Amino acid sequence: MSPRRGNTAGRVDRTRTIRFSFDGKSLTGHAGDTLASALLANGISLVARSFKYHRPRGVLTAGIDEPSALVTVLKGEEREPNVPATMLEIYDGLVVVSQNRFPSLAVDVGAVNGLAGKAISAGFYYKTFMGPVIGPLKGTRFWMVCEHFIRRAAGLGSAGTAPDSSRYERMYAFCDVLVVGSGPAGLMAAKAASEGGARVILAELDSRFGGSANWSGETIDSLPAADWAADTVRDLSGRENVRLLPRTTVWGYYDSNGLAALERVTDHKEKPGKGEPRHRHWSIRAGTVVLATGAFERPLVFPGNDRPGVMLASAAQRYAAEFGVLPGEKIAVFANNDGAYAAAKTLRDSGAAITAIVDVRADISAEARAIASAVGGHLLLRHAVVATEGGKHVSGIKVQGFDLASRRLTGEARHLDADCLIVSGGWSPVIHLASQAGAAPKWDETLQAFLPPEPAQNWIGAGSFNGRFTTAEALAEGLSAGLRAAGGNGHPEAVPEVEHAAPFSEPAPVFEIPAKGKAFVDLQHDVTAEDVRLAHREGFISVEHLKRYTTLGMATDQGKTSNVPGLAIMADALGKPVAEVGTTRFRPPFASVSIGALAAERYGDIKPERLTPMHDWHVAQGAKMYAAGLWYRPQIYGKPGETVEQAYVRETKTVREIAGIVDVSTLGKIAVQGPDAATLLDRVYTNMFSTLAVNKARYGLMLREEGIAFDDGTTWRLGEHDFLMTTTTANAGKVMQHLEYYLDVVWPDLKVHVTSVTDQWAGAAIAGPKAREILATCVTGTAVDNATLPFMGIVSGEIAGVPVKICRLSFSGEMAFEVYCGAGHGTHVWEALVEAGKPFGMVPYGLEALGTLRIEKGHVTGAEIDGRTTASDLHLDWMLSKKKPFIGSNMLGREGLVAGDRLRLVGLISLDNRPLNGGAHIVEQVDEANPRHSIGHITAVCYSPALGKYIGLALVKGGKSRHGTRAFISDPLRKRFGPVEIVSHHFFDPEGSRMHG
Amino acid sequence: MLITCPYCGPRDVSEFSYQGDGNRTRPDPASTDQAAWNAYVYDRINTAGDHKEIWQHSGGCRSHLAVTRSTLTHKISHVAFARGGLASVRPAGRDHGDHA
Repeated sequence: MSPRRGNTAGRVDRTRTIRFSFDGKSLTGHAGDTLASALLANGISLVARSFKYHRPRGVLTAGIDEPSALVTVLKGEEREPNVPATMLEIYDGLVVVSQNRFPSLAVDVGAVNGLAGKAISAGFYYKTFMGPVIGPLKGTRFWMVCEHFIRRAAGLGSAGTAPDSSRYERMYAFCDVLVVGSGPAGLMAAKAASEGGARVILAELDSRFGGSANWSGETIDSLPAADWAADTVRDLSGRENVRLLPRTTVWGYYDSNGLAALERVTDHKEKPGKGEPRHRHWSIRAGTVVLATGAFERPLVFPGNDRPGVMLASAAQRYAAEFGVLPGEKIAVFANNDGAYAAAKTLRDSGAAITAIVDVRADISAEARAIASAVGGHLLLRHAVVATEGGKHVSGIKVQGFDLASRRLTGEARHLDADCLIVSGGWSPVIHLASQAGAAPKWDETLQAFLPPEPAQNWIGAGSFNGRFTTAEALAEGLSAGLRAAGGNGHPEAVPEVEHAAPFSEPAPVFEIPAKGKAFVDLQHDVTAEDVRLAHREGFISVEHLKRYTTLGMATDQGKTSNVPGLAIMADALGKPVAEVGTTRFRPPFASVSIGALAAERYGDIKPERLTPMHDWHVAQGAKMYAAGLWYRPQIYGKPGETVEQAYVRETKTVREIAGIVDVSTLGKIAVQGPDAATLLDRVYTNMFSTLAVNKARYGLMLREEGIAFDDGTTWRLGEHDFLMTTTTANAGKVMQHLEYYLDVVWPDLKVHVTSVTDQWAGAAIAGPKAREILATCVTGTAVDNATLPFMGIVSGEIAGVPVKICRLSFSGEMAFEVYCGAGHGTHVWEALVEAGKPFGMVPYGLEALGTLRIEKGHVTGAEIDGRTTASDLHLDWMLSKKKPFIGSNMLGREGLVAGDRLRLVGLISLDNRPLNGGAHIVEQVDEANPRHSIGHITAVCYSPALGKYIGLALVKGGKSRHGTRAFISDPLRKRFGPVEIVSHHFFDPEGSRMHG
Repeated sequence: MLITCPYCGPRDVSEFSYQGDGNRTRPDPASTDQAAWNAYVYDRINTAGDHKEIWQHSGGCRSHLAVTRSTLTHKISHVAFARGGLASVRPAGRDHGDHA
């Protein structure tokens, strides 16, 4: 007694045989089979072991709602776990293994977990965290001991470790109407909308369009419903304004009608076609969405309802009609509504015997009664199934009288023969997307179902989604939705006529049969009805808590078959109607989404790289490149055998003794132009710029509104109304946005235009005692002597035939010049400068030397302007103009910003002649075992060739008042402790005689 | 979310950057009223409902827009240039989730 091929052909191509393997066994199926239908056709009903209790599990559904029949697909070294067998189309060479069993599905040692059921009931994990005390093991330690064994015993499939060799891609699409679901409602909607001229996308998660038309056995417009659907799809596929997306799950509904969908392009193929990705992620922006997503049938909750051979009625009907597979030979039916009777008829017509129809209701429709008598078998009204019998497959059921009014069992239980039990507990509309789109679903007492909320976005529902469960209603609603979605441009046509309609009735309000034994609500997470009640007894009364405590609906199927029964059982325990208990909001994704598809081509190192015009030169000279934000900058130009420290010490010394050249193209550069340019600068900088003469530069400091230092840099006045602002490399974008904000929002009256010109200029700084001499040998069109080019002066000239701007300013403390030219000439000018420096012994220097030079001078950078420091913390209060307001000027005097114990900039000298570490804390008294009482931290460190010592900058409480005192560094993570002397941050040439010289 | 930029038309929110609450008024620059500055820098009304906020079309024309957005539904009911004076737009219903 087992499932087999039935005598209806279905939509499967029996002329084509497909070979695949399941747990090492070679099997065959037909083209069009899913793994579930093919396994059933081979007489295999034991497909999986359950999550916690390792109970044998079979196939419950025929679609994406499947909680039990999860398998792992193997492709070479790659494995994809937790694939519902009901969604997996078979192909030649498909290799599948079952999950969560050891050593095999049939003999699973983990099944003893079932005996320990009480110990791993609801809230088991939480209770384990709190933990009983067992000897020395308490609480979390007990958990840590258990975890290893639990993780092995409980679980779904395990993920592979081999890299995913598949290719994925992303697509963006725009349409007037997106139709989700291609049952009768969706097909009508797509047809009507496309006839109205709308651009339509029709997405169907299955491989076949048509939904219930493929298996309902009804007649639409005098054609078998499946043929009507096929004709309609053929018609749609010929329309230019229609895009059909089969195997495409719309899984997310986001703001402004943005939807996300996953198209499984080649999962059903032995080999992908040329250029085909495995999955395609669609971002769809739709004018209107038609939600024709249908409904999921609900199981009933009774002891043994998880045994292989128990199946949803509609799934059994679908296997028989669509796949030509019978889930059993002697089938019993258990229902609370009329829908299951149509399934019984289809199964009987396909060659199965119906042994009994068990219905909790006292009265059924005449239609249902007629089917019952036609299919034969006992019709047991006012009865319920109280147990299933058998080991790894149903061999019989126990039924007992049931009183609907009191929901009590009556009389004695008795045995009935059956090798399959089909169950229907009513229907739940698939409202997930509507719920994601922004409103709470409403409970309908008549339909015993959550219906979609009022649309919070631009969507129209149709068919079963709306709780309109008959095909005739679906066609009518689909037509109307399509017309509305197309903006009423279509021509109303007649609604197709339905004949041989399946019976439909509202379900009796019964979710659970009160009999003894494990009755499962969530089959995937092994949550029983008793677990739900236990959660209630332990005080979890909101659905949100219930869900988290029992993990109901939190498995990969997201509770598609279990949410509503779970809520109903909770409501019953609370003594409240379901409507008052409410439901949780659905969140994306509706179904599993491959991470590969979300990433698509964006993997590996995905950030863009910014390279200066002289990048290739640096690399050719052996520079070690260093990532600074998106930029790459030379760290050192190392010589063979040199360490980083040796290299930067050599470069730094050369700058101090002769000269060096450094690429400063990464500095942010903003052209500030217009009659009010100087006014703007006066407002955004703390110091005055309107008094700056043309062809002079000034160092400026910007604050944020609350008085905290924001950025610094020099700004050059190139003309009366023309300034070139430079910013730090890191803040270029932020400063630009800052200026734009004030110009656009706060001071729209200012006549100023700001333009980012960072990429338009190449910049080189030449620093050192010989810098002027070197420049003089290569610059034409201007002198560079002290009179022509004084400190902070700007001249225009040419180098190697290229126009340049030269500003005499210094970051290193040496006589220094910044030379700017058009970016395209960057390398040309750079090479000319390097050539000019050769006779003098000038070297290129990198970031390390640049940092060392500035630390020796006590200049601040982003390490000190860290978003917490004020101008006075950095000893830049001399830059705060008293003559004008500026951004931040009104807030910087606040108590907390002028307090005496603020961290302020100091210099540090290592007293043990060992390197310092950035980020290390400073303490007054070192306590290695118990580090505490930090008085500050180190921001920047280097070896100073000028001092012959390891030095650093630091932000320390009290600042200057600690000059000359001793402190300690405390860096427990890097185990670095030791004495330092706190000194002025001006280590070298505090008078600035070298740069002014 | 779609924001209808008066220059560029309806664009995805990923092209914009949020630039803060649009309800605050910057005190006169010369003002030394600490309470006013404090309110400007720190106080936010945290509306549940329609909220005026500044968005920059940073991935487009770079103008700043005063956007009225419901913090409950993300529905955008009004977009104008933050600097005012120029044309403002009320986005068309179909782009912004108004149900027909």
